[in-house]
Amino acid sequence: MTQVDQVDTAPRPRRGVELVLLLLALIIGVGAKFMVAVTMEEPITPAYYVATGVFAAVALAFHVVLRLRAKYADPFVLPIVVTLNGLGIAMIHRLDLSSGGDPVEPRQLLWTVVSAVAAMVLLWLLRDHRRLRQLTYISLVVSLILLVLPLIPGLGMSVNGARIWVNLGFASFQPAEIGKITLAVFFAGFLANSRDLILLAGRRIGPMQLPRARDLGPLFIAWILAIGVLVVQNDLGNSIMFFGLFMATLYVATSRLSWILIGLALVAVGGVLAVVTVPHVGQRVDVWLHAFDPEIYNREFGGSLQIVQGLFGLANGGLAGTGLGGGMPDRVPLANSDMIFASFGEELGMVGLGAILMLYLLLFSRFMRAGLGTRDAFGKLLAVGFAMVLVLQVFVVLGGITRVIPMTGLATPFLAAGGSALLANWLIVALVLLVSHAARRPIVVGPMVNATGESAAGTESPARQAPTHTAPRPTAPTDDAAGGAR
Amino acid sequence: MSELAVTVLQFGLLLLLWILILSIVGAQGRDLMVSKKSRASTAAARSARASSAPAEERGSTSTPHAGVQRPRPRTLAVTDGPLAGTTLELGSAPIMMGRAQECTLVLDDDYASGKHARLFPQGSRWFLEDLGSTNGTWLAEEQLTRASTVEPGDPIRIGKTVLELRT
Repeated sequence: MTQVDQVDTAPRPRRGVELVLLLLALIIGVGAKFMVAVTMEEPITPAYYVATGVFAAVALAFHVVLRLRAKYADPFVLPIVVTLNGLGIAMIHRLDLSSGGDPVEPRQLLWTVVSAVAAMVLLWLLRDHRRLRQLTYISLVVSLILLVLPLIPGLGMSVNGARIWVNLGFASFQPAEIGKITLAVFFAGFLANSRDLILLAGRRIGPMQLPRARDLGPLFIAWILAIGVLVVQNDLGNSIMFFGLFMATLYVATSRLSWILIGLALVAVGGVLAVVTVPHVGQRVDVWLHAFDPEIYNREFGGSLQIVQGLFGLANGGLAGTGLGGGMPDRVPLANSDMIFASFGEELGMVGLGAILMLYLLLFSRFMRAGLGTRDAFGKLLAVGFAMVLVLQVFVVLGGITRVIPMTGLATPFLAAGGSALLANWLIVALVLLVSHAARRPIVVGPMVNATGESAAGTESPARQAPTHTAPRPTAPTDDAAGGAR
Repeated sequence: MSELAVTVLQFGLLLLLWILILSIVGAQGRDLMVSKKSRASTAAARSARASSAPAEERGSTSTPHAGVQRPRPRTLAVTDGPLAGTTLELGSAPIMMGRAQECTLVLDDDYASGKHARLFPQGSRWFLEDLGSTNGTWLAEEQLTRASTVEPGDPIRIGKTVLELRT
């Protein structure tokens, strides 16, 4: 058994496995788009081949970058991401065809290229995720700036009641999407630095140990500001995600269950307050609880039409779905962004939606595996934080669509139309790949210079020391060892 | 295209999706079984240490394996402290341990110094050397004053962290 284990744990790059899976992923992603054209009896124009070529080229380029720069990175992340992204593009294209309006798909493809290239550049330049640790407090400041940006008059703009957009002139952007990366970096860096202080110092009240205010202070300031800004912006989804990220990182860093209970109590209080005081949130809860009320269904603004149509879509899909291009997901408002799960549920059925959820689960487990495998606390917390960001987004979106929780409107990672979310998620993938590279690579450092030298206190040259207190000198020192000792 | 062909293609897509998932799961193998493996190897090491305990009473000049070329231990395992359960594959390069981020093994331990100790190979053995740390490095209950050999199973204590070499 131990022998097999050793074979298993020997670091292997496994880039070949990645290439094979990546090709399969490309077949699925690209095939889905062609399937749309076939089913909807659209002519397959040269534009299809161009888009296919671009998409495949970007995916393969990413693979090559990994080969060159992060040889030991996790081999499963890229194929999963490419599959999801390809499926998303196919579905957005399919909805373009039936809506007949301004096509969204070229923009999504453009953003995919931009995001993947940005991720490659990040991977190439950063090399080691631990360098982000130096940016702990800078990233806190950056997060706050990003979160406040949409509130600045003239720059921010409000879409559907949520003031989370920044108008850049040529495009609009959701800074909160990038904010989740910087906030995760801050939480990870801060907790990696002060974990022990938080755990050990402080007064004990009953069974619970309260940390000192100054230890936890920056964390709570970050949290209150993040939540506060988001409540002002009327964006419930992101505040749930930030809060979840905060709780998860805190729990992983300290493994104190009591704090999670305090956190959940805070959520409950905050949630009740929000429902009572913020009309936007109260409306969402109404829609959630009484979706099938005719009065609420027919309400002109903020009615339950979207959710109910989404549910009908899911029901229409049944077990195997209507086939890509065969259903009517276009009846649901925002079918290509907030409601894209409902669109997939209708056209791919439970089997297909289950596969998509399984891909998310696998992606989540790979993120967690990167965190488990890496040896530095910062990398662990960073990977776990990103895993939580991913899984919370999926949960919030899917929960909203299936009426498990009130609808909030987050972007489904990699699937939904939306450039900023795509960019943020690709950057997260790049960072997690760096963490997993650090986790899986063998410990082979260059010949280390003797940091102390012979004159340093308490040390002597091992080459001279060795014979005196070991039995006969084992063997002549090997070259590299001698080099290290000299 | 005929309706039948379209239906077959649609099912083909679903099938491909699940093939992708199954091949990912298959290719992962036992990659996710972290805890079980490390638990098993810890238990194995513990029993090995117990059986070799009498042998450790021996004088420092008469090793039973003297002269016999043994393979150098290849794993460094953390048995106690914040990083307990971590294992590190050793190559032929020296390992620096401490809290500093540039160390090979970054110890998440408040009682460790930035660059605390160094482990380096020499022939078939590993040598441990304290790098002038504040709280000292302990090898088998003795504080290190100079570089010494580390046998597999000898506990190396740095702050609250205990490490050992395994073959």
